[in-house]
Amino acid sequence: MVQQSLNIERRSATTTPSPGVRHSVEVAKLIDISKCIGCKACQAACMEWNDIRDEVGTCQGVYDNPADLSAGSWTVMRFSEVEADNGKLEWLIRKDGCMHCADPGCLKACPAPGAIVQHENGIVDFQQENCTGCGYCITGCPFNIPRLSPKDHKVYKCTLCSDRIATGLEPACAKTCPTGAIMFGSKKEMIVHAEGRIADLKERGYQNAGLYDPKGVGGTHVMYVLQHADKPELYSGLAKDPQISPLVIFWKGIAKPLMSYGLGVAVLTGIMHYVTVGPNETEEDETEK
Amino acid sequence: MNNKSGLILRHTPGVRANHWFVAIVFILATLSGLAFFHPAFFFLSSLFGGGPWAKILHPFVGVIMLVAFFMLASKEWQYNRVTDADHQWQKKAMDIMLNHPVEMPDIGRYNIGQKYLFRTLLLMIAILFLTGIVIWQPYFAPMFSIGLVRLAVVAHGIAGFVTIVAIIVHIYAAYWTRGAIRGMTRGTVTAAWAKHHYPGWYKEMSKRSE
Repeated sequence: MVQQSLNIERRSATTTPSPGVRHSVEVAKLIDISKCIGCKACQAACMEWNDIRDEVGTCQGVYDNPADLSAGSWTVMRFSEVEADNGKLEWLIRKDGCMHCADPGCLKACPAPGAIVQHENGIVDFQQENCTGCGYCITGCPFNIPRLSPKDHKVYKCTLCSDRIATGLEPACAKTCPTGAIMFGSKKEMIVHAEGRIADLKERGYQNAGLYDPKGVGGTHVMYVLQHADKPELYSGLAKDPQISPLVIFWKGIAKPLMSYGLGVAVLTGIMHYVTVGPNETEEDETEK
Repeated sequence: MNNKSGLILRHTPGVRANHWFVAIVFILATLSGLAFFHPAFFFLSSLFGGGPWAKILHPFVGVIMLVAFFMLASKEWQYNRVTDADHQWQKKAMDIMLNHPVEMPDIGRYNIGQKYLFRTLLLMIAILFLTGIVIWQPYFAPMFSIGLVRLAVVAHGIAGFVTIVAIIVHIYAAYWTRGAIRGMTRGTVTAAWAKHHYPGWYKEMSKRSE
C-alpha cells in the first residue's frame, strides 16, 4: 500500500483509464543468486521497514525460516541443496517474494476496484483498504505469492517498497544486502548489469547462467541471475515458464464479460417477447365450454 | 379440491412460504454474487455495506439458500417426473410460446419446461454449493490445491450465470402466464386456468373433489 500516485498503469476491476498524468521509468530489482550467502538480512530489513512482525514459528529442521511466505512475511529465503552438474553439491538460495509481473495475474483476477494497482514503474501493489478478502488474486498468481491474513482477511505481499521508491530510495532489502546480491535500478540498467554478471558466471564454468525475466507474464520487475537458468525449478521450484492459468484467463477475460451480456440479453428477450407476442391469458368461461 | 368459488389449491401455505423464502435468499445471493462477477456490477456490493461485507455475507446466504431450496425441492420432487404427455407438450412448446391455439396434452401439475428448470436448479445449486466451499476464504479455500480452487472459481461463475438465467426465465414465464403468480401468492388458481394449462392435473383435482 502506498500514498496516492499519479502514474498508475492499471487498477483491478476498473474499465476506465487510471490516473497517469505523471510518467516514470520502469524499475526492477535484480537478485543475483550467485552472490547470495543466505544471511536473511533482507528478511529482517523487510520486517523492519514495513514494520510487520510475523508470529514466531518452529524450526522445521532446515534453514528456511519462516518456512513460508505469510501475511506477515513478505519475503523468505528458500534454501535448496542440489547436485546440478556431475554430482557437484550446490547450495542454491533464492529470495522468494512477489515478482511484480508486467502482466499481473493477481490484478486480472481481482474483482474489487482499485484493490490491486500496477504503477507505471512496474510495481504491483495491493491497496488493502479496497480488498474484500475473496482470495481471487491467489488464483491469479503464477508464483504462489499473495497470502490472505486469517486475522483481518486482507491479502498481503511484497510492495517492492513502493513507499521508499516513491521518494527516491531503494527497497529495504536491496539497501541492506551485505554482498550486493540485491540490486535496484531502472529495468534497462538492471538487464545490462545482469549481462555482465552472466558473462562472468559463464567464464567461471556456469555455461547455462542466465537472467530470469519470464516472458509468459510479460517479464517481471524482480529478476534473478541464475547459475542454471536452463533449470529454474532447481531453485526451490521456481516456475520454468510461469503463466496466468488459462482457467483464470477464460474466467475473467472471456466467460464473465460474455455472461454479463448474456444476462442482459435474457432480460431483453423476455421484454421483447412480451411486447410482441403478448401475455398468455386464460378465458375465464373456458370451463363451461 | 374445487370449491364453490371455482378455485383450486395449487400450492399449500408451507410450499408458498418456502418458495418465497428461497426467492428472497436467491435475490440476496444474486446481488452479492454479481458484485464479484464483473466490475460493472461491483456497485451492488454497496447494498450489503461494501465489498468486504458482500464477500462475508455471500457464502452464508448461499448456504441458507441451499438448505431452503432443497427443502422445497424435496416437496416438489414427486411432481417432476417426465411423462409421455410432457414430450407431446414439448413438441408444441414453440406454438405455446407464440400464443398459437394448441390442443393441450394431458400434462400433470407442471409442464416439461418447469421440470427442466427444476432439474437445472437442483444441479446448479449443488454445483454452486460444492464449488463455493472450495473457494470460501478464509475458512475452506486454504484446504484445497490452487488448481482445484481455480477450477472451482470458474465453475462457480458459470453455474451462477446458468442459475440467474434460469430464474429470469422462471420469473418471466410466471408473469407471462397470466393467473400463475396468484398460485404462489394466494395459493389458488382458477379452474379455467388449471384446465387451460394443466389438463391432466385439472382432471385429477376434479376427480379428487368429487
